[in-house]
Amino acid sequence: MPIKFNVNNVAASVDAPPDTPLLWVLRDLLNLKGAKYGCGIGLCGACTVLIDGHAVRSCMTAVGSVGSQPITTIEGLSPDGLHPVQVAWEKVDVPQCGYCQAGQIMSATALLTRTPHPTDADIDAAMSGNLCRCGTYTRIRQAIHQAAEAGATTRIS
Amino acid sequence: MRMNRRSFLQLTALAGGGLALELYRSPLAAGQGPGTPPDLTPQAFIHIAPDGVVTIMARASESGQGMRNMLPMLIAEELDVDWKDVRVKQAELNEKIYGRQFSGGSNNTPQGWEPMRRVGAAGRQLLVTAASQTWSVPVEECTTQSGRVLHSASGRSAGYGELATKAAALPAPALSSVKLKDPKDYRIIGHSQPGVDTHAIVTGKPLFGIDVEVPGMLYAAIEKAPVFAGKVKSSNVDKIKTLPGVRHVLVIDGGITPAALTPWEPGMEPGIAIVADTWWQAQQARKQLKVEWDLGPAATQSSEGFKKRAEELLNAPPANSLRKYGDVDSALKSSTRVVEATYEYPFIAHVTLEPQGATAHWKDGKLEMWSTSTLPGNGLSLVAKTLGIEESEITTHMVRSGGSFGRRLQNDYLVEAGWIAKRIDAPVKLLWSREDDIAHDPFRPGGMAGLKGGLDAQGKLTAWRHHFITYGDEKNAASGGGIGQDTYPAGFPPAYALYTSKQPLMLRTGALRAPGDNAYCWVAQSFLDELAVAAGRDPLEFQLELLGNKQSPWSSGEHDAVGDHEPSGQAVLIPERFKGVLELVAEKSGWAKRSKEPGRGMGIAAWFCHLGYFAEVADVSVDAQNKVTVHQVWAAGDVGSQIINPAAAESMAQGGIMEGMGHLAQQITLADGKIQQSNFHNHPLMRMRQVPKIEVYWRKTDYAPTGLGEPTLPPILPAVTNAIFAATGKRIRTLPLKQSGFSWA
Repeated sequence: MPIKFNVNNVAASVDAPPDTPLLWVLRDLLNLKGAKYGCGIGLCGACTVLIDGHAVRSCMTAVGSVGSQPITTIEGLSPDGLHPVQVAWEKVDVPQCGYCQAGQIMSATALLTRTPHPTDADIDAAMSGNLCRCGTYTRIRQAIHQAAEAGATTRIS
Repeated sequence: MRMNRRSFLQLTALAGGGLALELYRSPLAAGQGPGTPPDLTPQAFIHIAPDGVVTIMARASESGQGMRNMLPMLIAEELDVDWKDVRVKQAELNEKIYGRQFSGGSNNTPQGWEPMRRVGAAGRQLLVTAASQTWSVPVEECTTQSGRVLHSASGRSAGYGELATKAAALPAPALSSVKLKDPKDYRIIGHSQPGVDTHAIVTGKPLFGIDVEVPGMLYAAIEKAPVFAGKVKSSNVDKIKTLPGVRHVLVIDGGITPAALTPWEPGMEPGIAIVADTWWQAQQARKQLKVEWDLGPAATQSSEGFKKRAEELLNAPPANSLRKYGDVDSALKSSTRVVEATYEYPFIAHVTLEPQGATAHWKDGKLEMWSTSTLPGNGLSLVAKTLGIEESEITTHMVRSGGSFGRRLQNDYLVEAGWIAKRIDAPVKLLWSREDDIAHDPFRPGGMAGLKGGLDAQGKLTAWRHHFITYGDEKNAASGGGIGQDTYPAGFPPAYALYTSKQPLMLRTGALRAPGDNAYCWVAQSFLDELAVAAGRDPLEFQLELLGNKQSPWSSGEHDAVGDHEPSGQAVLIPERFKGVLELVAEKSGWAKRSKEPGRGMGIAAWFCHLGYFAEVADVSVDAQNKVTVHQVWAAGDVGSQIINPAAAESMAQGGIMEGMGHLAQQITLADGKIQQSNFHNHPLMRMRQVPKIEVYWRKTDYAPTGLGEPTLPPILPAVTNAIFAATGKRIRTLPLKQSGFSWA
């Protein structure tokens, strides 16, 4: 039985066991390579996507459990890379290796959706599940504040 | 003269800072003498389209150190184009036309600074020559500006795009003959240029090794023994072959013979490769594997055993005397006070956020590889040798990686992908799991240091005796476990001895960012702090005095520290530069006026490695439960006359500091030969809530620019542990922090 769900406002249907992690369905079946594999057990946040606007670790989310809730990946955040969080990330030039940044951006987007003007403590709480091996945290924080100032509150669906 | 691979491998086996320093000391041997790289042509690096868009080839691999910006920026500056008109393209592996394509040892800046600018200037000269011939005017009357050649006398001008075809056909000038810009005219160098891949990264484009997609590709995972080099005795591969999606199951015999010294790139580890339609299927099938392993001799190893043997060696006469001057024993005997301490630090893993992997396709007797290696030339040789094919039959695409930190200098995963590809009829992407990545890392080796320091009645250092316990055989230290003869503070104490003793290690080790230095800096700068405290003196003042009294020549010979401004002359510590960064960081951090209150303290430390100088101060508080918070870090760096890409340089320094803090809590241990850590819960990285405010300052000096990948890291470890001492009176002599009773808040 194919599994049906909705990714980036597009209906998707895949033939995979329902317990397959969403991450591998996105990456290897739908060719959406933005979400990354880093740990496989929800410790690093590199695989973060939004499900119904909430930041979720796709490496721990069975594809069969998603149902009709809309999934947003980094590729679906904006059609042109102009989502305020992406713009802020680019302006601050956050990445070093860049591998964690899609996950960081998705976590930051979820944070800003609920807390449009986060304090440093809000950022600590929302972002401490996303590891950056290169240590770009100072710039991630700076980019979140910039995105907040630019009004990154546009609801993602 | 080009260094051949064999001699390069021998150098890498020297381990620690040895590799990098040898390369810096003999840049000609590395294939690129300053100013006279023999093989490079502008045509190889620069492609100009008729519309004036300039494509510059980035020769070095990119793993987040900013090489796709830094090297092309050097070319673009001297080519005299606007950076907005430049497109950067990653070169494929072809060292015949690009020179050494090696990212390691913070080497790309010192090795690229002069040749890459000369390539750009040679390109500019070709365009100017083409214009002068077209217009029949003297070359000397032509100037350039923003991608155009101008002849002001006649008012003529032409875009580089119009001249490109003609210019490309001209003979390339000798790079040593071209004229370089006056640095005051720089418009790209010294001006922050955002990462060329940043837009692709923030929009989730496929960029990384793990993202490579080849039509018809299969996915591979490899199960290896829980003990280094353990072999497959028997297994249920026939059952695994029947599982969903599984296409091939291949038993790898491997080529490693466990011995006291595990060489650099020791060979393939044995295991069972499962190739399936998806990686998840391969991983699921892997869970059904039942393997009986012949664990071999490495199963006898344990952290407890290593520690016991290290203590025995420490109490025995040293096996080797690496550096000695003065009579250290009698100097200690006649000292007013002798301070003794034993320092110990653990093995740690690289944990690049992108685990190791590679993609390979064997077709019609040729191999195509997608490699994230930072030493891809070695990868090519190893694959050719392991597969028994000619290097000329292999194409290597260099793909951006999710971090290296020294890990991708080794090519084990690439060889595995090639080996699997040659045995199947489809392209294959190999990916290690995080657990594989930690268990089979070439670890930063642990070590133990027995130190004795003497003080006279005035509180001056009289003698320094260091017995360093590391791993290896009688001749060589394990990779990453060697120590240089001139490692600081050698040369400065009036009497000095550096001894080593080694124990066998059947485990893959390697270079981790600032190899060697990431550990010895902590040892040396902690012990200096102890000595200063014992002498009742300020640690900064104590160290500045030490640096002002060099006592002995460098083992590698003296260099003219004032007049010799080429990287090769900077391979030894220049005291004025070391002092300079200490003084700068002291000024910026308010060291002299720091407050001294219970539970809060500041620590200072500095280091010289990979041609760069960094001093760092940490402001730390420790609560009643010994939880440590780093509030702020000040860093001062001296990497010469020019910061090439300032915003990236600052980020690199902040990253080095975050990584060094991470090292303080990391540890790899072994029991029955098995690695006991498996993922980020027991081999942690720093997280957002633990990040201090970090200020970075540059001390510009009149020396050729050098690299930033490594030297930012080492000082933060002792800066933090010295601060913990200042806050609590407790000296951290064993890492990780928890072994000394502390942890991060």
